[in-house]
Amino acid sequence: MACISTDGTLTESGLKMFRAMVSGPVSPEEVAQSTGLPMYRVRGGLRDLVPAGFVVQKGDKYQLAEKGAAMLKK
Amino acid sequence: MEEVREAVVSLPRLGEPAPDFKAVTTHVTVKLEDFKGSWLVLFSHPADFTPVCTTEFLAFAEIYPELQKRGAELLGLSIDSLSSHIAWVRNIEEKTGVKIPFPIIADLDRSVSTAYGMVHPGQSKTETVRCVFIIDPNQIVRTILYYPLTTGRNMDEILRIIDALQTTDANKVATPANWRPGDKVVVPPPTTQEMAEERLKQKEYECVDWYLCKKKL
Repeated sequence: MACISTDGTLTESGLKMFRAMVSGPVSPEEVAQSTGLPMYRVRGGLRDLVPAGFVVQKGDKYQLAEKGAAMLKK
Repeated sequence: MEEVREAVVSLPRLGEPAPDFKAVTTHVTVKLEDFKGSWLVLFSHPADFTPVCTTEFLAFAEIYPELQKRGAELLGLSIDSLSSHIAWVRNIEEKTGVKIPFPIIADLDRSVSTAYGMVHPGQSKTETVRCVFIIDPNQIVRTILYYPLTTGRNMDEILRIIDALQTTDANKVATPANWRPGDKVVVPPPTTQEMAEERLKQKEYECVDWYLCKKKL
């Protein structure tokens, strides 16, 4: 998973994405804009994070799940 | 008698949707749809840690900011493992100071290279040739370039093609031989005799004859 290292910590780009989604549902475009990451990187990352339970999808928008918020506090 | 069946793969053609894929890369697992809304330059190289490919990667890294200005992303591919790709880009950075900023597909199962016709057995049965697919924001294949294993690609031409396609899309014109941004563009030829006669009277055009007129944008 590109946002989370094999040792379980957030990667630099993962940290940027988590911070972008902490305050409420945002679109992938908004995540890309606030993080400076390319769209393919955001879309690919979200595709991994949702089934892993770190992020919840609400329609076309995404928000950190409790598991994701706990990760950010580590 | 044993029946021999071969799967027939339809190769990408200009003006048709780009073949879909999902692939692991050095950045993240990507699907073609992840690039929707951007231009995409999908290119294959024969193998990691090879001399011509290394010069090309340095050149692709150099034009990456120019591609971004044009709303285009770069995506490399070869039939090598992720570990090999990672080791190679790290080696390039260590030896030259150039960081490779774009993702590279590790196409070990050849699913993407097969869908895009990147392996030409007459050149090599185990490596991809030097292909370039320029795919537009609607995921339509707009340009296909094939180079042999021994010839490194011309980056200026890739940028020029994107400039030409974007100019064509924005202005409904064509671009003449060796066109560069700022040069005159070709006006679509008239489709009726009446239009042909009228075309020659239009003062804003520079015409050789009714079927070849250029204009400044």
